[in-house]
Amino acid sequence: MSLNRLNRRTFLQSTALGAAVIAAPSVLRAQGAPVKVGILHPVSGALSYSGQQGRLGAQMAVDAINAAGGIKALGGAKIEAILGDAQSTPEGGNAEVEKMNSAGVSAIVGGYASSICLSASQTAARYDLPYVVDVGVVDSIVTRGLKNTFRFGPGFGVIAKTALDNLVAINEAAGKPAKTVMIVHEDSAFGAGLAKLLNAQLPERGFQILETIAHPTPTRDFNNVALKIKAQNPDIVIPANYYNEYVLLARTMQQQRIRPKGIYSVLGGAASSYKFVKEFPDAAEYIMDCNHWFDPKNPKAQELKKQVEAKGQFYTYEVYMNYSCVLLLADAIERAASTDRAKIIGALESSTFSGHVMPYGPTKFVNGQNQGAAPVNTQVLKKDIEVILPAAFASAKAVFPMPRA
Amino acid sequence: MLSPAILFTAVLNGLMTGAIYALVALGLTLIYGVLHIINFAHGALLTVALFAALIAYQTFGIDPYLAAFLLAPLFFGLGYLLQRLVIGPAARGEDRNILLVTLGLAVLIENALLYVFRADTRTINLPYAFEVFEIGPAVVALPRLAALGAVAVTTLILWAIMRYTSTGRAIRAVAKEKLGAQLAGIDVAHIYAVTFGLGTACLAVAACLLLPTYYVNPGAGNAFVLVAFTIVVLGGMGSLVGALLGGLLIGVVESLCGFFLGESLGQIGIFTIFILVLLLRPHGLFGEAT
Repeated sequence: MSLNRLNRRTFLQSTALGAAVIAAPSVLRAQGAPVKVGILHPVSGALSYSGQQGRLGAQMAVDAINAAGGIKALGGAKIEAILGDAQSTPEGGNAEVEKMNSAGVSAIVGGYASSICLSASQTAARYDLPYVVDVGVVDSIVTRGLKNTFRFGPGFGVIAKTALDNLVAINEAAGKPAKTVMIVHEDSAFGAGLAKLLNAQLPERGFQILETIAHPTPTRDFNNVALKIKAQNPDIVIPANYYNEYVLLARTMQQQRIRPKGIYSVLGGAASSYKFVKEFPDAAEYIMDCNHWFDPKNPKAQELKKQVEAKGQFYTYEVYMNYSCVLLLADAIERAASTDRAKIIGALESSTFSGHVMPYGPTKFVNGQNQGAAPVNTQVLKKDIEVILPAAFASAKAVFPMPRA
Repeated sequence: MLSPAILFTAVLNGLMTGAIYALVALGLTLIYGVLHIINFAHGALLTVALFAALIAYQTFGIDPYLAAFLLAPLFFGLGYLLQRLVIGPAARGEDRNILLVTLGLAVLIENALLYVFRADTRTINLPYAFEVFEIGPAVVALPRLAALGAVAVTTLILWAIMRYTSTGRAIRAVAKEKLGAQLAGIDVAHIYAVTFGLGTACLAVAACLLLPTYYVNPGAGNAFVLVAFTIVVLGGMGSLVGALLGGLLIGVVESLCGFFLGESLGQIGIFTIFILVLLLRPHGLFGEAT
């Protein structure tokens, strides 16, 4: 049961905001009226941690742009972030898009979850409102022919292909020690979709799937799953679930002394999270993941990491992806030299932006999908997260199979 | 592939989950046995207890296992007052009314929790939550073993209260023959409230045992209560021994079904048993045929 309400506080906030805008337009215009940008994330509900991290990244980018003099083509206009909470549901996302549209935003960044991105971008399309997807990996986000929707990061198809190619490469480099696989996945769209894809493609690449285990989210007991893994003794375990379950599964496996040759995840909920590595270093050690990751050789990415950690936060992929998306949008507004929505869409279409912190190279959108976007492979090594593939960005060599404890 | 060691571990895991089920069912069956009502607010009260344990840990830094000693009397008082001031007066002596009042309470409590705490799922991380013991070939987590022990102790205390105290005798008297008990000078309203209090106190203990390995959200208690209903029916309505053994049995059934059929289908076995019991032995394993 979710309560969809306009409470007194938000009502006062929005009216006060409106009143302020009406009261002081001349003053603001004199300095170049601020450019309103909607920042949409699920900051409450089941996805709240990821949503808050995403909001943090977006806000840091807004602050950085404003500190550097705002949008120069608009007389140094500042970016004004209009924050929205999608409450971890597609309906919540839609409601926020409507509110942001009424508030007169020029574009929206965010969404995080695939389901929220799908519906929020659709709603934004009704108002020709440019929508930059921060994470949402489901491929249909960019295959619906929506002119307003742009995805900076990679989609499911690319991620799964990269993950499988790299798994084969890592296995071959180690002399093909792994032949059998077990998949543990959460039973909603993300986990089930991935499991289906892996079931279709792993056998083609010479792996035998011993068993595919589904579990609901949330699950607070992985003892049975761990026992099954113990009974089947696969070479590789592939978990596909969200943060809490991922951590619990890894810890239960450690507790039950299950040591497969490798734990390899695709968009693993925790595998490439500094939070996991810091809190449970022993359970996380040697876990490999194919996921969104910053370019470790980009000084700007390292500088951002320091800033985020100085705030006492973890440098998770939500942070730097949103940071990059806001920069991408600001670049488009700069080149459009306008807050006009159609002009911003045009500028995004022709974007060659390369000032971001991801290992994607210059941006190039085809049908709204950034062509250079790709995941990387990471591994937890000596309590840190290292990039192991592709070689161009690698900071360490893969350790596979896992050493016996 | 399927070694006895792994089966042994699965059964052991089931027993430990079952212990918590048994404790929740114990409260439910106690209230049913004496008040002859099904307490629909049981799940909601378990959720309240979970949140209370969460706050005790997060705000006051009280370890959940210690909090049990604090929360059990507190929830006894809460249950007592609920029955004395809300359920009793609102029921006006009609069992049907009690049913509706508890249902209403459940809705009220759940939404109040939703309002205050939002729908977020919360967990706590205790340093010892992943400590393990080895029992033969099985590796067993400390909190689950602790739960098994604590449930045994709680059941023993409850049994001793029922068997040896005058309040316990009065509860048994009211359960058997309400009018007779009243004629013998027993304050039935007081005994009703004491029973409701005891049932609620069981929930507080269950919540404290659950918290180290489980999550809390405003609907968390419901998962247990449906299972607890099944256990109460399985064990025989109102039978304490039935609730205990039924709880352990259901825990093992769930664990084995989860193991063989997959985690998402773990509860299939429970409800199959529920239907079979209703068909073949409606008075339950330990209940008396009426």
